[in-house]
Amino acid sequence: MAEQATQMQISDEIAITINKMNKWYGAFHVLRDIDLTVNRGERIVICGPSGSGKSTLIRCINALEEHQQGSIEVDGTLLSSDLKNIDKVRSEVGMCFQHFNLFPHLTILENCTLAPIWVRKTPKKEAEETAMHFLEKVKIPEQADKYPGQLSGGQQQRVAIARSLCMRPRIMLFDEPTSALDPEMIAEVLDTMIQLAEEGMTMLCVTHEMGFARKVANRVIFMDEGQIVEQNEPEAFFNNPQSPRTKLFLSQILDH
Amino acid sequence: MSDTHEHSVSFVRTESIAERDPPYAASGPVKWMRDNLFATPANSVLTLVSLYFIYLILTATLPWILNGLWNTSSLAECRQVLDGAVGACFSVLTERWNQLLFGFQYPNELYWRPTLALVLFFVAAAPVLFFDLPRKLLIFTALYPFIAYYLIWGGALAVPFVALGGCIAGGFIYQRFVAGSFALGFFGGVVAALVFWYVGGMLIPENANGTAMMTAVPSRDLGGFMLNMMLGVTCVSLSIPLGIALALGRQSSMPLIKWICVVFIEFIRGVPLITLLFVASVMLAYFFPPESQVDLFLRVVIMITMFSAAYIAEVIRGGLAALPKGQYEAADSLGLDYPQAMRLIILPQALKISIPGIVNVAVGLFKDTTLVSVISMFDLVGMIRGPILASTEWNGVYWELLGFAALLFFVVCYGISQYSQWLERRLATDHR
Repeated sequence: MAEQATQMQISDEIAITINKMNKWYGAFHVLRDIDLTVNRGERIVICGPSGSGKSTLIRCINALEEHQQGSIEVDGTLLSSDLKNIDKVRSEVGMCFQHFNLFPHLTILENCTLAPIWVRKTPKKEAEETAMHFLEKVKIPEQADKYPGQLSGGQQQRVAIARSLCMRPRIMLFDEPTSALDPEMIAEVLDTMIQLAEEGMTMLCVTHEMGFARKVANRVIFMDEGQIVEQNEPEAFFNNPQSPRTKLFLSQILDH
Repeated sequence: MSDTHEHSVSFVRTESIAERDPPYAASGPVKWMRDNLFATPANSVLTLVSLYFIYLILTATLPWILNGLWNTSSLAECRQVLDGAVGACFSVLTERWNQLLFGFQYPNELYWRPTLALVLFFVAAAPVLFFDLPRKLLIFTALYPFIAYYLIWGGALAVPFVALGGCIAGGFIYQRFVAGSFALGFFGGVVAALVFWYVGGMLIPENANGTAMMTAVPSRDLGGFMLNMMLGVTCVSLSIPLGIALALGRQSSMPLIKWICVVFIEFIRGVPLITLLFVASVMLAYFFPPESQVDLFLRVVIMITMFSAAYIAEVIRGGLAALPKGQYEAADSLGLDYPQAMRLIILPQALKISIPGIVNVAVGLFKDTTLVSVISMFDLVGMIRGPILASTEWNGVYWELLGFAALLFFVVCYGISQYSQWLERRLATDHR
């Protein structure tokens, strides 16, 4: 598996640059001096205890949360209060949520074609073809005419991934994609994500699936109290953690 | 227990148990009655008491209804024919049928016009209510208000045409500029429509009504149940879009818009409708330019619409609040802008949740249209209280007339309620 991971090429081109970024919720300092550069093709796993700001960090990258200090540049576009820039970044960055957030009043196919049709102005027929292509990729083309409520959690999350892919994003963000799933459904979602990684997608995943991190990530970031405490290659990160907080965290999640 | 041993813990099933039908339960009317009517002694007592209660009501009302007279010419004649026996005097309904439906001033020979407008209303409403029908029918729905206006009020044909032209001009400007900026498109459209109406209004000659093909009927001649229907339909169809706008405005992140909406909603909700109607009939004229004469019907429509829009806005706000935050975030993360997210994701779901509440307001509004009788408009109740009960022939026929009014309103409101239940079932896609 390690060889496979190195085969996935990482280019020198920079996808995301975060520079001295700070965020507050009221007076509460959630993210402190975050510096992070992500190259195109990198697969980064972000972990850390709850409340450490890892979800907030990736939600800042597509401006679902506003940052108050520092800068975030995605694909050469600087995130500011300019709505045009924000919409541009959002249409280039796909996002998967913990609770899938599919649109329950639309069929699976309509969920997938909505944004291409309305944001990208793709003709309906072409959008449907693209949607079916990605639904086949996540292995549920036969569910296309059902509604999200008729699908299992794992299927819904795969539809959510397909929905993001239909916008042909250059970067994918995953916010705890398997945390709300039953154990037997986690594998099918992780398989889809691994497949995506093998195709060279730039990915940032907040997850506690350490097996996934070892297998796919080329970098693991550990966050605590709103700061990046440690980052390293997965082997070194898991086998030889440096900071005491990382050691404590790893011992807590790996001992069971 | 044939394939397990009594004292062993380990157990492996080798054959799967076949599916079986549920046991055949005794059924039929006797079982149903025993289960539902006479299950326990207490239930039996309640059943018998209910039956007695129903018996009392029926014995009191049935003879009155069945003995009713349909073709006498006055209450006195009615009493004479009945000769002391119990019986209703329904002849007031047949005798004053046209007055009850159209009021007492609408010209008799023109009754076909509002009747045709009502028939066309069903055609126009169908594609909105039943969205399986072809979408092209919506073109007729869009034209219907102008056709109905012309049918009911008559007068110069230029008036509905100018009104329609203004709407088209506004829509054209909106389409043209909305891609650049929503605000520019919206306000540009409003200005274009206003300019078109103003210029068009000046072009219509003063005496156009006199030479018109269709005799002009002034608003004060409208009446009867027709007036209730007109007010109900107009106000419901205007107050739903206004209510949506107010609900979204109340959620706006722009403080000025938000506070204007909050103040409007809270103020209107805090004032009795009857007060607003008095304002409409007496005071609203002060807010318009002195030489302009704004029609009383229009003033009442404005007031009732504002009143019910405030209520509908609060109902829709509840629907918006019930949506998980994730729906907004998913729409945002796909790059949809605000109007798209609202139109495609948020409102379809929020409105679906709000259907029972909106229907509740709509039914209430429809019944509240009878309040206009207080500001001396002769709607159904106004006709009954005024010209009919005050006439020498029918002075004192309360039960029959008010019962008829109740029946008419009940039929319409029950229809609305049945439709809303069908709609909820039709839209249930979440399979929870």
